[in-house]
Amino acid sequence: MKTDYKHSVSLVSDKCKGCTTCLKRCPTEAIRIRDGHAVINSIRCIDCGECIKVCPYKAKKATHDDLSVLGKYKYTIALPAPSLYGQFDNLDNIGYIIRGLRDIGFDDVFEVACAAEMVTAYTRHYINREDIPKPVISSACPTISRLISMNYPSLCENIMPILPPVDIAAFLAYQHAKEVHPELSDEEIGIIFISPCPAKVSYVRNSFAGDRNYISATVSVRDVYFALLDVMDKRGEEPLDMTDSGMIGIGWASTGGESSAILNERYLAADGIENCIRVLDQIDNSDITNLDFIELNACSGGCVGGAMTVANPYIAQARLQSLKRYLPVSPNRPAGAWIPDEFFNEKGVEYNPYARLSADRHTAMRMMSEIEEITGCLPGLDCGSCGAPTCMAFAEDIVKNETTADECTVIMRELFHEYIQEKKHESILERLKPIQKQNKETGGEST
Amino acid sequence: MSEAVKFHFDVDGSDFSSAGAASVMVKKKLRQLGYPPEVIRKVSIAMYEGEINMVIHANGGTADVEVYDNEIVIILSDKGPGIPNIELAMQEGYSTARDNIRNLGFGAGMGLPNMKKYTDSMEIDTRIGEGTTITMRVSL
Repeated sequence: MKTDYKHSVSLVSDKCKGCTTCLKRCPTEAIRIRDGHAVINSIRCIDCGECIKVCPYKAKKATHDDLSVLGKYKYTIALPAPSLYGQFDNLDNIGYIIRGLRDIGFDDVFEVACAAEMVTAYTRHYINREDIPKPVISSACPTISRLISMNYPSLCENIMPILPPVDIAAFLAYQHAKEVHPELSDEEIGIIFISPCPAKVSYVRNSFAGDRNYISATVSVRDVYFALLDVMDKRGEEPLDMTDSGMIGIGWASTGGESSAILNERYLAADGIENCIRVLDQIDNSDITNLDFIELNACSGGCVGGAMTVANPYIAQARLQSLKRYLPVSPNRPAGAWIPDEFFNEKGVEYNPYARLSADRHTAMRMMSEIEEITGCLPGLDCGSCGAPTCMAFAEDIVKNETTADECTVIMRELFHEYIQEKKHESILERLKPIQKQNKETGGEST
Repeated sequence: MSEAVKFHFDVDGSDFSSAGAASVMVKKKLRQLGYPPEVIRKVSIAMYEGEINMVIHANGGTADVEVYDNEIVIILSDKGPGIPNIELAMQEGYSTARDNIRNLGFGAGMGLPNMKKYTDSMEIDTRIGEGTTITMRVSL
């Protein structure tokens, strides 16, 4: 079991009040409240960023590199995710952003949207193969891939083995840098991904795409947005740069963009982690047939809804619609049906039996019986006061010796009531009763 | 040989959107118990089809799952109309589901055939006007 997984969602514990908001919203029950603070179980966390979005105290944050990372390299290339383009109000030309990226210190820009158009073309060929399990599930959202590896063992092989656009963009950016600057060593080239979400940061940090990871660092769309605001205003009216991407590449930023571009109507596109889970449950039961392609985005709205963006996802999508209006459809579409070998993921997605109670089945069965028995004794309110999201999760924690039954406030309150019934004559509540009664009789007179 | 772990679920007959909930829950339990993915898949498909059948034809029922070391037993029980002709019902594509149910994408006549296909044994005990109990076994 992988325990060395590097996550990108973390907690600022002095801001955390130990409220149960994130606890209830975590789709994999990865959060517990312990000693008044949220604790994230790194084996269960899928970096979806839900807890960052819902925390009322801003106590959860996405960890990523900051822009000072540019100083570490002699030659830097920005890989902007297309969702970056939807952040700006009153922008009519992506060229301003490309120029702005150079102004804030990048030496070159390689748009992820360009690589997305290549992946679209490869997907069109790939889904026509006879020897592959259908439906093909998009590999673009790392949260979905991780969720499948944990909860849907039989769907692992349905995930498209072609690398997501960001990896292909990084590879091509690296090749180009080597071509124009053969004097640079690998360490001197900084390929910096501008990401809308923590899941993609984790994806890079854990080398999901295998050992050939060309991405040097990951910064957030949010940080880059604020840096760009400063420089974009200072420049004049005319954009000095052009975007290389087309409508299809930019469409990838929101739900349906990737799947509608494959020109095959037998697709399904869903977003929001809860909706995605429901779709996966049904596909897992072979209940959705006649589909060739499934696009699932953990964030509502798609990548524009990522936890490291600024704009409302639907407003960002509307802006992208108008930005792509005068662009060519797909200028980066490769000719021919050949998919280069290096664009296939050498690692594949494997089942990770993280949920196993014990490696020994007899022990697991004994623990399961105990969990069932304890669950039956619990109130079933799923209130979260014990620090677990549901009564059943609490029972599991008790059996795993991670907590004790006296954390259940409902049980404790009942015990407390029994106790004061017994000690009635000594109770202060009893002594207060005549006073309360007197107040009631005199009504509002005393006030 | 350890004792069986038993789960009981009530399948609500009034709500299509919750049909399949017991199957999802059993899937989770079997993952926790460390059963191999192929076994989990068989159990979950068979159970899902059974749940849907109970919702379509019998206004719900109960699902009991007994998990043994080397075998999983699924008992689906309802108080529905019973199956008049089992042989016919077992034919792929045969369905008595009403049009409004077919419009929802259910009632393709694959329920019972799939339940048989994905399990190692299936017994149907049905009484007209009284109900049906289906016992399925998946062994490891």
